[in-house]
Amino acid sequence: MASPKILSRFSGLTGLRLAGIVVLLAGALAFPVLFPNPVLTNYGVFALIFVAVASAWNFFSGFSGYISLGNAVFFGSGAYALGIAARDWHVTGIGVFALLPLSAAVGALIAVPFGLIALRVRRHTFIVITIAVFFIFQLMAYNFSFTGGTTGLDAPFLPWAAQTYNNPFYYIALGCAVGAIVLSWLIRRSRFGLQLRAIRDDEDRARGLGVRAMRVKLSAFVLSGAVTGLVGGVWFFYLTQVQPPSGFDPLFDLSVVLMAFLGGLGTVSGPVLGALIIEPGQLYLTANTNGYISEILLGSLFLVAVLLMPRGIIPTGGEYIRRLTTRGRAAIPAAVPASQRAPASPGLRSDEGATREGDAGEGEGEAGGARRQAGKAL
Amino acid sequence: MSVLLRTEGVHKSYGGVRALDTCTIEVGEGTVAGLIGPNGSGKTTLFNVITGYAKADAGQVYLADRRITNIAPDKVFALGIGRTFQLTRIFPSLTVMENMLVASQHSRSGARKRAMEQLEFVGIAGYHASLAGTLSYGQRKLLELAYVLVADPTIVLLDEPAGGVNLSLVNQIAARIRELNAAGKTFLIVEHNMEFVMGLCHQVTVLDSGTVVATGPPDIVRTDRRVLDAYLGEDIEEAEEDSGEADDGASQ
Amino acid sequence: MAREIYQAIVDGILVGGVYALMAVGLTLIFGVLDIINIAQGVMVILGAYLSYELAARLNLDLFLGLLITVPAMFVIGVVIQWAFIRPLRGRERTSMTLLVSYAVALIIEGILYQTFGADDRQLSAWYVTSSVHVFGFYLPYIYLFGFALAVVLVAALYVLLYRTGFGRSVRATMQDETAARLVGINISRVAAITFGIGVAVTAAGGMVYGATNSFNPNSGYDLISRLLAIIILGGLGSIGGALVASVFMITLESVVDIWQPEWAIVVFYAALVLVLLIRPTGFFGRKAIRAQ
Repeated sequence: MASPKILSRFSGLTGLRLAGIVVLLAGALAFPVLFPNPVLTNYGVFALIFVAVASAWNFFSGFSGYISLGNAVFFGSGAYALGIAARDWHVTGIGVFALLPLSAAVGALIAVPFGLIALRVRRHTFIVITIAVFFIFQLMAYNFSFTGGTTGLDAPFLPWAAQTYNNPFYYIALGCAVGAIVLSWLIRRSRFGLQLRAIRDDEDRARGLGVRAMRVKLSAFVLSGAVTGLVGGVWFFYLTQVQPPSGFDPLFDLSVVLMAFLGGLGTVSGPVLGALIIEPGQLYLTANTNGYISEILLGSLFLVAVLLMPRGIIPTGGEYIRRLTTRGRAAIPAAVPASQRAPASPGLRSDEGATREGDAGEGEGEAGGARRQAGKAL
Repeated sequence: MSVLLRTEGVHKSYGGVRALDTCTIEVGEGTVAGLIGPNGSGKTTLFNVITGYAKADAGQVYLADRRITNIAPDKVFALGIGRTFQLTRIFPSLTVMENMLVASQHSRSGARKRAMEQLEFVGIAGYHASLAGTLSYGQRKLLELAYVLVADPTIVLLDEPAGGVNLSLVNQIAARIRELNAAGKTFLIVEHNMEFVMGLCHQVTVLDSGTVVATGPPDIVRTDRRVLDAYLGEDIEEAEEDSGEADDGASQ
Repeated sequence: MAREIYQAIVDGILVGGVYALMAVGLTLIFGVLDIINIAQGVMVILGAYLSYELAARLNLDLFLGLLITVPAMFVIGVVIQWAFIRPLRGRERTSMTLLVSYAVALIIEGILYQTFGADDRQLSAWYVTSSVHVFGFYLPYIYLFGFALAVVLVAALYVLLYRTGFGRSVRATMQDETAARLVGINISRVAAITFGIGVAVTAAGGMVYGATNSFNPNSGYDLISRLLAIIILGGLGSIGGALVASVFMITLESVVDIWQPEWAIVVFYAALVLVLLIRPTGFFGRKAIRAQ
C-alpha cells in the first residue's frame, strides 16, 4: 500500500481530495454488499455505465469544444459487434466477456473514418455531421439482415442466480467507470489535454503555434469511441438484447451531454457527478411515470441548469466555496517587477495545482478578484 | 548582412479588392524592420501571407534561401517565424503558464523553466497561475509576446505591439525588443505609432494600397514625398504627434 | 421506367419546395443568431397539430387555418428566444444554445405526447387525396398548393430581407453583429423577430407536411435531421443554398426510392457526407463562416 505521501506527490492530489476519492472508491466497491437489492444494484450498473460514457464523451467534446451528438454510434456499434460475434462464433457462457475488447476495438475503428470526415469541418457543421452519422447507423441497423433488423440481437444466456445477477455487471461497470475517469484525468493533465483545450479556445492560433490539430482531435475522438464502444458491449450483455432504437437511441447523446454539462464541461469530476444525478433520476422517472413526463422533466431540468449554472455544478460550486473561504483576502498579488520577484519554485508548485480538475472555476474566482484589484497596475 | 525574410511580387485579392499588389519587401538578418502605411494598405494581409494564414495569389515568400510560400501556419512556426496578432489572441480558459506551454511543446524538458523565464522577461510572472481570460489588455499583449518568444523563433513578426496600451508599457515593450535584437533576434514590426517605429527600427518599409512606396532608414523615409502622399497629404510629423498623444491617455 | 423517374423528379421538386420552406427558416435563424435550432423539427410537428386541431374543432380549411397558426407560432418563437436563448452568454454559447433548443424540443415533444397521445394523425382535405393529371403525370393538389405556398412565402421573405428597413437590419446583423450594433441596430429585437419568423414559417411547412405525411410527436427527429443536412449542404446561413439543397436532396431521395426504398434515406445522409468531403462549407456557404 503506497504511503499517502508518495501517492500524493505522484498524482498531485493532496489531503482532502485524496481522502475523498479513497472514501468514494471504497463506498462504490462496498455498494452491492451493503445494498444487495437487485433494484438498487440495477441503478448502480446503469449509473456507472453512464459515468463511463459521460466521462468518455467529455474528454473529447468537453475538452476540445467539438460537441458530438453521435457517440451513440460507438455505443450501439459496440453492442451490435458483440451480438454478432457471439452469434457467429458461437460463444456462450462466461466466455462472452472475453469478447469485450472487441467492442472497444470496433468503437475505435469506426471513430477513425468518422473523425477524419467530421473533424475537418468547423464546430457547427461537426455537430450536424455527428447527428447525420448517428441516423445513418440507426438506419443501417434497421435495414441490414446481419443486424437482425427490427428484432435486433440477443446476448448469450448466462446461467447466474437472479438475486446476484447484477453484481458481476456492477463491478465490470465500475471498472469501466474508474478506467474512464482515470483516462480523463490523465488526459487533462497531459500536454495532449493542453493542446485539446487550446484548440477549444482558439484552434487557428493553436495551429499557428505548432499544434497538430487534426491529429490531436482524432486521437481523442478515437479514445472516446473505444471507451464508449466497450461500455456499449457491457450494456448489451447486461440487458441481453439490442435493437436499433435502443442501441442507437436519439436521447442517448442528449442525456450524456446534459450530464457532462450539468457537472461541468472540461472538468474530470463534472461528468461523474452529472451522470450520478441524472441517470438514476431518469431511470426512476421512466419506471414510475409515463415516459413522456420524464422527457418534459429532462428538458426542463436542462433549461434550468443552463440558465442558472452555465458552467456546471463543479466549477460554479468550486467558485462559490472559494468565494466563501477567501472573503476579505487578496488572492493573487499584483504583478511584481522581475527584480523584486520571489523565487520561482513556489510558483511552479502552485501552478500544478492550477491544472487540476475543478480549478478552472476556482482559478477564475481568485484571479477575478486579483484582476479587479491589480488591473489598475498596468 | 544577409536577408532573412523576403517577399517577392506578392499578389493577394479578396474578391474584387486588391489587398497586396506586387509586394516586395526584405528584412535583413539581425535587424528590426518596420512596416508602416495608412489603414487598409495591406500590412496585416502581408503578415497573413507570410505566416500561412492567407494564400498568396501570386508571388513568393522566402526565409533565408528557403521558399515558404503558402505553407501551413504550423509549419511556418516550426521554421522559426513567430507572430502576434493585431487583436491579441491568447487562450482565455487556460492559465498563463498553460498558454506558454502550448507554444513551447517542442522543448519538453525544462519547458516550464523557459516559460517562466519569458514571463519574467515581459513582467507578468506573478500571474502565471491566473486564467489568461482574466488578464487586462496590456497584460494579454505581453503574454502573447512571451509565448511567441518562448519557442525561440529566428524572426518575430509583431502586428501593432504598441496598439492600445499606455506609454510606460509601450516603452517596456520597446526595451524588450531592443534587448532581444541585441542578442541577435530579427524583428518585423507593423505599427502606427511613429515614435515607436522611428526610434526602434533600422529599416522602414512603407505600404500604400498593397504596394511598397518607399523603403529605407527611418530618417530618409519620413521625409520621402511618396510616403507623405500615402498618408493623404498629412504631415508625417503631425501623425507622429497625434498618435503619441493618443497613447498617453489610452485606457485598457 | 423513364416515366417513373420523371414522376419521382417532379415529386421531389414539389416536396422539396415544402422542405425548403422549413429549411429556409432554420438557416435564417442560424445566419442571424448563429444558433442551430434543433427544435425546428418538433415545431413543424407542433404546427401540424395546431392545424389539425383547428380543422377538427372549427372546421377551418387548412390554408385558412394558417392565418391563425402562423402568427401563433411567431409568438411562440419570439417567447422561446426571449426566455431561453437571449440570456445565454459566454464562450460556450454555441453548444449551450444547441442544447437549450434540444431541451425545448424535448419539452414540446413531451407536451404533445401528453396532449395528443402517440397515435398517428394526418390532416385531410379534398385536395390532399385528389390529384390533377397533367402530361401523364399525377400531381396531387396538395403538393401543388404547398409548393405555391412555399414560393409565395419565400418570395415574401426575400422582399422582407431585401426591400425593407428591417430586412436591412437583419442582413447587417448576419454580416457583422458588432458593426450592426455600432450603427444603432437593436440586435435583441432583430434576433427575437428573426427567430419568430423562422419558427412561423414552420407553421406553414407543418401544415403541408401534416397533410402529406402521417405524423406523431416522435416525427420531429426524422425531420430535423433532414433539415439540418439540407442547410449544411446548402451552406449555413444561405437562403438560396437552402432552397437549392432542399430540392436537390429530396429529389435525389425520391429517385433512389424507386429502386431501394429502405436505402433512400441513407443516400440522403451519405450525400451530405460526400459533399462535405469535397466542399466543407456546402454549396453556397461562406468560406470562413464565423469566428468560433
